[in-house]
Amino acid sequence: MTIPTSSIEQVIPGQGAMAQPEAGKPGKAKRRRFLFLSNRKAATGLIILGIYILLAIIGPWIAPFDPGARGADLMQGPSSAHWMGTTHLGQDVYSQLLVGTRSVIFVGFLAGIVATVLSVLIGVTAGYVGGKTDEGLSALSNVFLVIPALPLIIIVTSIMENAGEWVVALVIGFTSWSWNARVLRAQTLSLRRRDYVEAARATGERSWRIIIFELLPNLTAVIASGFVGTVIFAVLSEITLAFIGITSGNTWNWGTILFWAQGQQALARSAWWWFVPAGLAIAILGTALSLINFAIDEFVSPRLRSAGKTKIKTNTGRTVRMRIGFTPVLSNSPEPHTRARPIPAVDPHGATPVVREEATP
Amino acid sequence: MKFLLQRVAFYVFTAWAAITLNFFIPRLIPGDPVQALITKYQGQLSTQAIESLYVLFGIDKNGNVWSEYVDYWKQLFAGDLGLSFAFFPTPVSEVLSDSILWTLMLVGVTTILSFIIGTGLGVLAGWRRGSWTDGLLPVTTFFSSVPYFWLGIIAIYLLTGPDSFFPSGGGAEVGLVPAWDMYFIPSALQHSLLPALTILISSVSGWILSMRNMMVTVSSEDYITVAHAKGLPERRVALSYAARNALLPNVSGFALSLGFIVGGTFLVEIVFSYPGIGFQLFQALGANDYPLMQGIFLVITISVLVANLLADVAYLFLDPRTRKEG
Repeated sequence: MTIPTSSIEQVIPGQGAMAQPEAGKPGKAKRRRFLFLSNRKAATGLIILGIYILLAIIGPWIAPFDPGARGADLMQGPSSAHWMGTTHLGQDVYSQLLVGTRSVIFVGFLAGIVATVLSVLIGVTAGYVGGKTDEGLSALSNVFLVIPALPLIIIVTSIMENAGEWVVALVIGFTSWSWNARVLRAQTLSLRRRDYVEAARATGERSWRIIIFELLPNLTAVIASGFVGTVIFAVLSEITLAFIGITSGNTWNWGTILFWAQGQQALARSAWWWFVPAGLAIAILGTALSLINFAIDEFVSPRLRSAGKTKIKTNTGRTVRMRIGFTPVLSNSPEPHTRARPIPAVDPHGATPVVREEATP
Repeated sequence: MKFLLQRVAFYVFTAWAAITLNFFIPRLIPGDPVQALITKYQGQLSTQAIESLYVLFGIDKNGNVWSEYVDYWKQLFAGDLGLSFAFFPTPVSEVLSDSILWTLMLVGVTTILSFIIGTGLGVLAGWRRGSWTDGLLPVTTFFSSVPYFWLGIIAIYLLTGPDSFFPSGGGAEVGLVPAWDMYFIPSALQHSLLPALTILISSVSGWILSMRNMMVTVSSEDYITVAHAKGLPERRVALSYAARNALLPNVSGFALSLGFIVGGTFLVEIVFSYPGIGFQLFQALGANDYPLMQGIFLVITISVLVANLLADVAYLFLDPRTRKEG
């Protein structure tokens, strides 16, 4: 439903794909792993995702009420007994939200895993084997890419009556692998001709060994970002399916809550507590996953990091805008400078401004 | 020319694949849906309609998949998509032709607008990296993670009401006949404003982000430095040198993600009861109207393919390298 948020697949015209991070030396491996976490976006995203996963596991146990149980308080706003109010049948919205988390996370991750496995199989095979196989597999993934996925998912699940979580997750997984496969194929193509792969081939390594031990470790970032993107898509699709009433069977998820809220005119009755929490829960989960994806992008291509402040006040009160690859030159300074000196505390990724050296006689 | 022909060949292939998929999906339905429908509409279905249904659902008495497939194609070429159950006894093709213009106007216009606005903001954010535009990113990320339909619900809740300017749903004032006149057009515009804004807000951030990332990548290329060194005005370097080249991957990305976007915008139609294809799909789901669903899927796929072809033509104009012969 949303546009894939990763930009790794983007290819600079005439330059091929963006550079991949070099595989770390064995000794450095440990330090590198934590490097990713030092990115603030990655840390925030992973912490939020961790909370969601925790709630998915313990949610049904800590929910104060049975999500389906009817109560005496009908359409009540948030109170100390019902933190997020109640529905038209007196069901506790907070409990529904907690119990629904498990289904959302389950479908998201299962669909993500299915799609990722498929995309790795198809994308890497197409890129590595090449020739007719490549043409066939590329055509297949392009077809799946162009066919609108969501209407297809809606129609297939509505035809399979009483589609459960497993079916929904599998249908989503089998229809949303194509984008990642395309990206992986492009990356594999660029990795295939690298010297170390050629060397492995020359020493007589088998193809599967080259793919698993030489190629896949260098594709980790692309695969991870594809996985996260698919999870976002799968979560949104599952909630959409439940919202339009296709899968609102026995299991609770956030879409089911919205389905009942919409069906019972929660809007007209101004029962905001009924639909706001579920929507926010989706939005925050989606934001967390997108943050992880941005962090992966920045990890792979450090240029994309948000630069710090680029407008800098010099000692003399002038403002200079810093740009990569440029050295701002301050001319007409009131006081003559005898030698160039860098101004401290500037953007570490960019250039350092230099005050023009005045030729003193 | 060769580039374009290759693309056309690919789209024809994809259309064939989609139609074939469409042919096989109903064969997954357990039981005999046609029999269920015949009993539901007792005596209202003509023998010919029943025959056409059996071909559509693939429960032909002959039982030969290949001959069913040929029959299916014959029906398609005759423009016969079967009868709609939800709007019985209107043919599916008629239901679709009534609603497709609504969708084209709403989704088509807003998608292109969102691409243009997003790309423009992305150019700004990428070129002026480190200014206030970086603050735009987290906000737009949040909005793009919100499901379209939920944003629509909130918009209806906050902005519509008995004496609000925004109507809460529908395509135009009740009782107005669709026509190009001074009564219908303003009313239709007024009704489409809120759905359009909803789609715009939730889809624009993807374009901002991808364009920003491309701008950042492109603006450290050597030719940009050269352009600066030549003393060209900042504006010219940003637009004619950096943005021009950063746009290319974004245009091909636009074509490829159309399928995603179209799916999402349908939900906005559902929430706003906007009489387009998405709303018809919703009604078809409620009534188990399989012929209409199939027809809608076909129409969506073909439209996305046509839009892709148009994006390819645009790419052809933007990138001289694809125009080179040989």
